[in-house]
Amino acid sequence: MITLKNFRQFITDTLRIILKGDRLYYAWVGFLVLLIAIGAAAYLGQLNSGLIVTKMRDQVSWGFYIGNFTFLVGVAAAAIMLVIPAYIYDWEPIKEITILGEMLAISALIMCLGFVMVDIGRPDRFWHIIPLVGRLNWPQSMLAWDVIVLNLYLLLNWFVVTYLLFCAYTERHYVKKLVLPLVLLSIPMAVSIHTVTAYLYNGLAARPFWNSAILAPRFLASAFCSGPAILLILLQILRKTTKLSIKDEAIFKVAELMAYTMGFNLFLTAAEAFKELYSGTEHMVYFQYLLFGLKGHTTLVPYAWASILCGLAAFILFLVPRTRTNWVTLNIGCVLIYASVYIEKGMGLIIPGLTPDVLGDIYVYRPSFTEIAVAAGIFATGFLVFTLMLKAAVPMMLGEFTISKGQPPQGAPPQKA
Amino acid sequence: MTDPKPVTPPESCGDSGCGTRREFLGAATAAMAAALTGCGTLSKEEFLQHNFRELSKQEVLDVIARLEKEYKAKYGKDVKVANTPAIPGVIFGYALDLSRCIGCRRCVHACVKENNQSRDPEVQWIRVLQMDKEEGVNLQHADQYYNPEEVPQEGHFYMPVQCQQCKKPPCTKVCPVGATWREKDGIVVVDYNWCIGCRYCMAACPYGARHFNWGEPNLPADQVNPNTHYLGNRPRPKGVVEKCTFCVQRTRNGQYPACVEICPTGSRKFGNLLDKDSEIRYVLENKRVFKFKEDLNTQPNFFYFYGV
Repeated sequence: MITLKNFRQFITDTLRIILKGDRLYYAWVGFLVLLIAIGAAAYLGQLNSGLIVTKMRDQVSWGFYIGNFTFLVGVAAAAIMLVIPAYIYDWEPIKEITILGEMLAISALIMCLGFVMVDIGRPDRFWHIIPLVGRLNWPQSMLAWDVIVLNLYLLLNWFVVTYLLFCAYTERHYVKKLVLPLVLLSIPMAVSIHTVTAYLYNGLAARPFWNSAILAPRFLASAFCSGPAILLILLQILRKTTKLSIKDEAIFKVAELMAYTMGFNLFLTAAEAFKELYSGTEHMVYFQYLLFGLKGHTTLVPYAWASILCGLAAFILFLVPRTRTNWVTLNIGCVLIYASVYIEKGMGLIIPGLTPDVLGDIYVYRPSFTEIAVAAGIFATGFLVFTLMLKAAVPMMLGEFTISKGQPPQGAPPQKA
Repeated sequence: MTDPKPVTPPESCGDSGCGTRREFLGAATAAMAAALTGCGTLSKEEFLQHNFRELSKQEVLDVIARLEKEYKAKYGKDVKVANTPAIPGVIFGYALDLSRCIGCRRCVHACVKENNQSRDPEVQWIRVLQMDKEEGVNLQHADQYYNPEEVPQEGHFYMPVQCQQCKKPPCTKVCPVGATWREKDGIVVVDYNWCIGCRYCMAACPYGARHFNWGEPNLPADQVNPNTHYLGNRPRPKGVVEKCTFCVQRTRNGQYPACVEICPTGSRKFGNLLDKDSEIRYVLENKRVFKFKEDLNTQPNFFYFYGV
């Protein structure tokens, strides 16, 4: 009973925190809300006219929306990058920041579900996919699997974050027996969401570009580069703007782990490119379209090479200890790897998978204004969710904001996830 | 033409299972959904309609009555929606003679006329590929957009591609909601009232046979073919996938598909694979056939052959 009452108090207090902020906070939230409004207006237009307002057509039937979805599943999966060393090796400095990783995962998943929603032609029939109410084609359809694992992963992260914050708020220590198994479970869950998303494409024999056995490993490797890159920048911002103490040591450790995954990611990409280009079968045309252009169509070429060069440069910056521990070069590296993976796992994955199409037709796809506006709205939603969660979570994690309002918690150590 | 008598749907749930599930969602949700689709015309019945294979006999009849009323209001004429089931002992097969086809595209347009596709943008279920003779069946040398004064063109042959009605269809396997399936007579169909428009089937199909209604289908009232089938050529809504059904509305009543009937060169052969005396069996027995993209093991019931 007391817990329930406390929980209600927790919710109202959380709402109170997120409504109160300084001018910068309001400006940022206002900016995001503006973007969401633009996205919503564009989406209403799409609902009225149909997906014809996008540049997708029968030949390239998936585009910018599904590309962003795929990339963001990777971001969501990467939360475990921080959980693994924290819990498996019991490495204290990282433990404090895993809760941030989990909040990042929640925001990314919300964006993922948003991108799927705006991509489907009949959002009014969304209930058809709900198990028991509708008719989920499980276990046959990989999309059915994806619906299940993404929602489970969202639920799991949401529960762990809420529980940890609620404990911090009520000035109690969390029950390790409850949290540890759940956090450990999130490791295989994170691997599974990205594996299943890779299998979504991987299982289609009609699309040789995707029908490669190392697609899922490539997905994981690239996700473990881009996800932590976002987090590293975020941690630096949080250190500056809040009282949250994050040790240099923790950041450099994550950067070191990223160097390994980047190397592995480049190796896997090279392995794929070698197999296709050296054997030179007719399946090579998709790689050709991506890297060199096909029959005069070279839309993707500059992006593809930018992705490769950014990936290489970032790898070198993260590999060399001197540049890895220098804030300027570290942050440049983060931006480079993020850009590299965003191209590779977004448009660089979807478009050459569908071009040329199954009958050899080349349709040159570029997202329309509607697609870009809707996507901006979804990204803004994700950022907004993350901002609001951070706004409430940081003072709770610091023990500044508890049930006894402003009183530091008695005896309980600062919250560690 | 079409069989008007009510026929049992392939499967039905019969008992209360579906009913309670449907009651789970109220009219309020339907109204919200109508607002969501932006069209505002979505009725509660349409919103709550379940997968065709789970409907009882009576529910199928109700759905058909509702659709016929809607079409009447929209096109101002009587549109018959049949639900003729697969005929026992029939599996349809198709064979196309590559040495006869001249690439005139009459089949493409007869198909559009018969099957009530959107006219603008025009959705075409048959794509005719112009190939280089010296390259053989090589998709990197295929041209769908050839437009000369006269066909056939020197040095080229023509290969029409439509749904291959696979025995192992990759498209039905991937559908997350079971909105598409293979019927007992081998025809792969779509429930246009259940499809959520995710287009996963389009990514899975190796033949480009599936087409999406990117916008509101534009079908002028005077061009509506009123003889339709629920799983075939009835007018489609926006945002769903459609495909060739071997003209299910015709072939289940003993007629040829429109593309077979129109072909001026007799390149198209159609019949019951289980009937030893059928023309399709004659082709399989006496000509050497091949299946398109055989390596993918989709096992089409659509064959190509060189007749002369």
